[in-house]
Amino acid sequence: MTLLRERATWVWIGLMMATCVTTWGLSKDAFNPTVAVVGIFLIAALKVRFVILDFMELRHAPVPVRMAFEVWVVAVAVIILGFWFATIAPG
Amino acid sequence: MDGVWVFIGADSVIFAILFLTFMQDRHADAAVFEASRQTLNADLGGLDTLILLTSSWLVALAVQAVKRDELNRAPRYLLGGVLTGLMFVASKSTEYGQKFAVGITPATDPFYMWYFTLTGIHLAHVLLGTGLLTFAWRRSRQRRFDSGNRAVLECVASFWHLVDLLWIVLFPLLYLMRMAS
Repeated sequence: MTLLRERATWVWIGLMMATCVTTWGLSKDAFNPTVAVVGIFLIAALKVRFVILDFMELRHAPVPVRMAFEVWVVAVAVIILGFWFATIAPG
Repeated sequence: MDGVWVFIGADSVIFAILFLTFMQDRHADAAVFEASRQTLNADLGGLDTLILLTSSWLVALAVQAVKRDELNRAPRYLLGGVLTGLMFVASKSTEYGQKFAVGITPATDPFYMWYFTLTGIHLAHVLLGTGLLTFAWRRSRQRRFDSGNRAVLECVASFWHLVDLLWIVLFPLLYLMRMAS
């Protein structure tokens, strides 16, 4: 089948499965909040990275362009998780 | 093509600043943010994510088809991108309607001010992107894209993927990020 020969199709399948894991799995009360929130945002960062590299086709872009977007993903994850941990820290 | 990357870069930085400011406000008022977050419909938010991921995939397929000069395929994929964009708009409109019906507005509390601001700015991106995809779909039906002439299509596609990736962060930020017990 033509679609299955496309890398974008396999990336899409992975992204859909990851979304189901976070929305209907990790977000539920069965998981400790720290495990859930860290897991949800690490998966989100990974998803964003795949969209950038495979859908936006930056996998083979010049290194400075690719790095700018990779740094954005890491910065956003650090900001969100950093504040989340700061909010639960005592005092 | 460089211009669109400058725009995407600038837009990404603006959203990163918005995420930072949201987290600062949440830090100051965590209990209110958590109570209001729990009133959101995470199932609908998850469905929105699946819709936008599918839309982004279809648009990526359209670009691949044009690169290979498979010009019959591209319009079908782009139409799929337009229709899934409209599905997201319909879903978000339904969600807003449900909130307004029970009296929830941006003035309800700081969380809902952020919810309507962030999702509203994102929805404006979706509307613009859906319009651009419609334009690209019409041009592809007229066979105006091919492997040697695809810069406009790639600009539209890159913007649409930006819309997708911003939602990938916004969804857990607003709907799934619970407070530590």
